[in-house]
Amino acid sequence: MERKRLRRSMMFVPGNNPGMIKDAGIYGADSIMFDLEDSVSIAEKDAARFLVYQALRTLDFGAKEIVVRINDLESGLGIRDLEAIVRAGVHIVRLPKTDSAQDVVDCEQEIVRIEREAGIPEGRTGMMAAIESANGVLNAKEIAFSSDRLIGIALGAEDYVTDLKTTRSDGTELLFARCMILNAARAAGIDALDTVFADVNDEAGFIEEVKLIKKLGFDGKSIINPRQIEPLHKAFMPSEADLEKARAIMEAIAEAEARGSGVASLKGKMIDRPVVLRAQRMLALADVDGAGEV
Amino acid sequence: MRDIKEIYADIPHIEDISQHGVYQSKRTKATETFAVRTQARNKVAADLKEAIRNSGLRDGMTISFHHHFRNGDNVVNMVVETLAEMGFKNLTMAASSLSGVHAPLIEHIKNGVITHIETSGLRGELAEQVSRGLMDFPVVFRSHGGRGAAIESRDIHIDVAFLGAPSCDPFGNANGYSRSEEQTISCGSLGYARPDARNAGHVIIITNHIDAFPNAPYAIPSNYVDSVVLVDNIGDPKGIMSGATRYTTNPKELVIAKAAADVIRASGYLYDGFSMQMGSGGASLATARFIRQMMLQEGFRCRFALGGITGQIVSMHEEGLIDRILDVQSFDLIAAESLLKNRFHQQIDSCYYASYLRTAAVNQLDFVVLSALEIDTDYNINVLTGSDGVIRGAVGGHPDTAAGASLSVVVAPLTRGRIPSIVNRVNTVVTPGSTVDVVVTDQGIAVHPDRTDVQAKLAEAGIRLSTIQELKERAESIVGIPDPIRYKDKIVGVVLYRDNTVIDVIRQIDEDE
Repeated sequence: MERKRLRRSMMFVPGNNPGMIKDAGIYGADSIMFDLEDSVSIAEKDAARFLVYQALRTLDFGAKEIVVRINDLESGLGIRDLEAIVRAGVHIVRLPKTDSAQDVVDCEQEIVRIEREAGIPEGRTGMMAAIESANGVLNAKEIAFSSDRLIGIALGAEDYVTDLKTTRSDGTELLFARCMILNAARAAGIDALDTVFADVNDEAGFIEEVKLIKKLGFDGKSIINPRQIEPLHKAFMPSEADLEKARAIMEAIAEAEARGSGVASLKGKMIDRPVVLRAQRMLALADVDGAGEV
Repeated sequence: MRDIKEIYADIPHIEDISQHGVYQSKRTKATETFAVRTQARNKVAADLKEAIRNSGLRDGMTISFHHHFRNGDNVVNMVVETLAEMGFKNLTMAASSLSGVHAPLIEHIKNGVITHIETSGLRGELAEQVSRGLMDFPVVFRSHGGRGAAIESRDIHIDVAFLGAPSCDPFGNANGYSRSEEQTISCGSLGYARPDARNAGHVIIITNHIDAFPNAPYAIPSNYVDSVVLVDNIGDPKGIMSGATRYTTNPKELVIAKAAADVIRASGYLYDGFSMQMGSGGASLATARFIRQMMLQEGFRCRFALGGITGQIVSMHEEGLIDRILDVQSFDLIAAESLLKNRFHQQIDSCYYASYLRTAAVNQLDFVVLSALEIDTDYNINVLTGSDGVIRGAVGGHPDTAAGASLSVVVAPLTRGRIPSIVNRVNTVVTPGSTVDVVVTDQGIAVHPDRTDVQAKLAEAGIRLSTIQELKERAESIVGIPDPIRYKDKIVGVVLYRDNTVIDVIRQIDEDE
């Protein structure tokens, strides 16, 4: 499990669609998320589980992070999903409808058991928790701190707005949840991931939402169509001016280190730790997109 | 005034230099008004049967058709039905292409009216039956350029051409659209009908719309035309063409298109004043969109766009990005309408387009983007037979443009459903690998080993390359290796290369248990 990595885009792929599963790796999403939950009808749950299991074992997705969204444990399907995908070597299990820290703990116990039974190195399987209710949002901090396996927490907005007795509009209705989840994630030192934007044809609306969550501080966003990847990554791409500044900062740091000095400054201003961290993150982002994906 | 005989008396050796003897003055001028003359003396036949009787068609001869009405065509079925009624047998059908709508030909093959077919493509039920051994003689497949060349060189001798035209005047000036006020069907360019009109022994225009003489501009001039037949229905506009070819929203095709555009730019063939042809498949059409963005960024203009023309090419022309359009076939109504209103949108025929006997337009291409059903590890391309061995496609201009363009880019998804697109050996070689330069898939790009110049340029631009072998193995790792198709010995199709040499044959599929 890779705890820290770039997760700007987490692309949902229905677990019952072999055509989409086999092509999932070509679009340049940072993480691929095969879904066994809401996009799969009850009649197809077994078939989808089998398909995703085989896909994980046979297909080569390169360096991509592979996430599987399982059904919740209460439904009885979640355990069977875990049995299959943990054994198949999934990187991250996404737990839906997380209302409390206990939900995460329960799921982790099952993962530990399966890892032991299958002879998989303990701790290899990572987790993320999707928060989709008012209760879950209020428990965000406890959820974020509930397991060492958690790489991040995410907002699942469709169920959440229903719980709030409202509908999705310009994002006002999600502001509290987004801020709660973001702060909980940051306090726990894990990633904060935003919900999907459902209207694939509304590119302007999508970009608006991406700008908003980037401003808030989110690491990335779930997406439902490959067409959303490019605008999403573009919005997360730092500007050339920012990059130049970041490079100058890193040069100044290197120079100070060469001098044996603990204090670096740029244009007469002292560079403190947060500035360096931001510069490093920015350069890491730019580096990824320069890699030239096929 | 001197008598005419006196004038001739002065011409030395008049009996030797004029085999017709001396000029005899006779008054034979017509004096009616033009209005009366067009009524009284024109080429309009009473009906199709009369036109056929006057053509001198006999059993065993060759008849020809064009495919500009695509899957909406009614001309082929109507004419062959009439020929069957009149008792004709053993005819050779030399169509520029045939499609699903021509399934009624099956009956006329069974009853011996049609015994030979020469075409570019075959689809639908007719193609299925041919693949299962319907005909005694194999179907001969030619490229558009190969057909044009064969007609000009008399490899195909057309006895009677039956050419559908959405507009025609009483003397035979025919076109694929009309400038008159009255609405008619429109198919745009008549490029594939023009070599037939020029070279056939007898030419019959079949139209649903007669305009006053002269129906100008025309695709086919009246001096090539022997008779004109007016009928109610030459075709169904819905099947002839759609309103506008849409850009794909299929994310996989967009990935391929973006990669193809990047390859074209990096290889150096995108510059100010370049020339191009885009196929009409989803990915190749979408490549045009990315090329357009690059042109706007760099301030480049395209000198000419060639080929089957779509609304996308027209809109790039209208926004000033493309100087000239050479149109052998209009793919949508926007392209057809552009022929009416844009003076630099030029209709061309298939010989001009792609004949190997001439310096054809394909030889002026910088790049072409083509699709493929199968590509093999020698870069050979199949666009004709499906993964089950059944004929379901058309040669089209594929081999012509691949050979003519300086850079031929073939785009295809690495896998289609459970079928790999990259294989050890294509079912049917249509375009030889020696004319294919780059293969672009959603999961990797391969450059023909002979094009070290292109390889170097792409590497320099940071484009990651695979070998074609690696792409084949990657496809197999995803969908496995399909069982080989079983064939019988009987040859049901002969594929000719653009110079009319045999490049491959198609055998009857074996479906026995």
